[in-house]
Amino acid sequence: MTDNVRSVGLPDERPPSNTVGPLAWLRNNLFNTWYNAVLTVLVLALLATAIPPLFNWLVVKAHGFGADSTACRQGAGGACWGFIGEKLRFILFGTFPWEEQWRPLATIAVFIALLVASCDRRLWKPWFGLVWAAGLAVVAILMWGGVFGLTYVENTLWGGLPLTIILSVIGLAVAFPAAILLALGRRSNMPAVKVLCVTYIELIRGVPLISLLFMASVMLPLFLPNGVSIDKLLRAQIAFIMFAAAYMAEAIRGGLQAIPKGQYEAADGLGLTYWQKMRKIILPQALAISIPPLVNTFISFFKDTSLVIIIGLYDLLGTAKAALSDPSWRGFYREAYLFIGVIYWIFCFSMSKYSQKLERDLNRGHRR
Amino acid sequence: MSQAVSQAPNQTRHFPGGEEIIRCTGVNKWYGEFHVLKNVNLTVQKGERIVVCGPSGSGKSTMIRCLNRLEEHQKGTIVIDGIELTNNLKNIELVRREVGMVFQHFNLFPHLTVLENCTLAPIWVRKKPKAEAEEMAMNYLKRVRIAEQAHKYPGQLSGGQQQRVAIARSLCMNPKIMLFDEPTSALDPEMVKEVLDVMIGLAEDGMTMLCVTHEMGFAKSVADRVIFMDRGEIVEQDTPEEFFSNPKSERTRLFLSQILNH
Repeated sequence: MTDNVRSVGLPDERPPSNTVGPLAWLRNNLFNTWYNAVLTVLVLALLATAIPPLFNWLVVKAHGFGADSTACRQGAGGACWGFIGEKLRFILFGTFPWEEQWRPLATIAVFIALLVASCDRRLWKPWFGLVWAAGLAVVAILMWGGVFGLTYVENTLWGGLPLTIILSVIGLAVAFPAAILLALGRRSNMPAVKVLCVTYIELIRGVPLISLLFMASVMLPLFLPNGVSIDKLLRAQIAFIMFAAAYMAEAIRGGLQAIPKGQYEAADGLGLTYWQKMRKIILPQALAISIPPLVNTFISFFKDTSLVIIIGLYDLLGTAKAALSDPSWRGFYREAYLFIGVIYWIFCFSMSKYSQKLERDLNRGHRR
Repeated sequence: MSQAVSQAPNQTRHFPGGEEIIRCTGVNKWYGEFHVLKNVNLTVQKGERIVVCGPSGSGKSTMIRCLNRLEEHQKGTIVIDGIELTNNLKNIELVRREVGMVFQHFNLFPHLTVLENCTLAPIWVRKKPKAEAEEMAMNYLKRVRIAEQAHKYPGQLSGGQQQRVAIARSLCMNPKIMLFDEPTSALDPEMVKEVLDVMIGLAEDGMTMLCVTHEMGFAKSVADRVIFMDRGEIVEQDTPEEFFSNPKSERTRLFLSQILNH
């Protein structure tokens, strides 16, 4: 029987050449079945007919950023980037006083710096909350002014990208902790808390955001005592927070439900209090699981801020539309929507990419 | 409850003055209509090592889970180290600090390192400074022979290693009582011994232990008393010598014949 026993291990061999390399990749991914092969050919044909005209419109026949509208209208067939060049500052900053527009620009910079810094998990410490508070104070000073020699700018004049960012960042920042409390409340043992949270979530989820915005702008004043009025922007902000909190609460609840019972029992068994257990054991795991649905909410919420146009606030989409109503530039809506679409896309894609990285980091090493 | 009230523990161990640390009197529990614990009376002395056995569904896990209020009993009283377990949250927290628990499925916190698993409760519940908690945790991790893995995550360890970490995690709270709920049942056979060795070491140091287990060898060599439960009641309790050689009830005999003859 010794013939059946090998005393030396077999040497490693190279895999067959048709299973590695670019050709194998093509075969495995694009031509692995006859219908995939047909689809691949069809898609290639479609791209071949669509891309050249698009490229022509975008670049070849396009008029540059310096072009004026009459030049654009004569040489038709291409994009008129002159529209963006002319209206750039209006689309980005809305009706903010022209000479003061460095202030909304600085606001955007402050927000982006805060957001980029927040991506670093080493900074997720309590003191970083103070940095955010300071950042928001700077933003408030920049936008409103009235101190340090800055002229006062009413918030009805705010618009464009800063408005979009303010609505979504502050909205998400306030809604997130509220959502955690709602999700915990929904799973609470205390019947009153549970009923309250379930009712809130189901009510808000059952209503379109638009109607919530309308209610905030039209109905809320009816409930307030005479003489008290809440600013329109603040009302929209509150409506957004309420809406986002309900949706995020459901995303977080999904994560909470995925945590095994044993984790709760182990925490209980060690004598941790309810809040210690949640903060140290349950939420860190539940939130990590909830990242994909949470980011989904973040992204859709960021885009949904464009709905404030219906209550007369001019966010990025609103200013683009308003720019199109200039008689000399009427009709260049393709350029306008493409431009703001790209801005929205950059923000949303960054969120998506970062969330993927975060998921990877949080899962590294410690999953069974 | 005529039969087998705890007899004088065996000759090798003696409990001076009978310093009582657990007393359950007339404990009853229902899951809905199902009567899981029927009039359980149990007294445990400080330093006693008790093995609880019985067929599955007999209520043995439920009983020891009642001792730190992971399960709520509906009738009777449970007094742990002079504190009665009621709905009073403060009392429950006080009891849980003094009662360590080791679970069948380890239940380590997967997002924390081994060391962080061990220091979490001392830091947050006992309010120990971090350095002190870490030093103590390293001592216990050395004791369960896993100190070199302190900075790994639980998911990177084998089942036996995870269970030893779970034991160290409980010990870091300096509990007066340790509860083991089938600590070796989820382990691969070759890892059972490393966990049992740690438990034997713990027993030798005089820890009060209640252990639900099917490891009859462990019961024979370590326990002061073996408790047999069936259908929610304590059927028989005795020294291991008596329990294994001279079981008194028919149900015990049947159970022993099933687990020992295969």
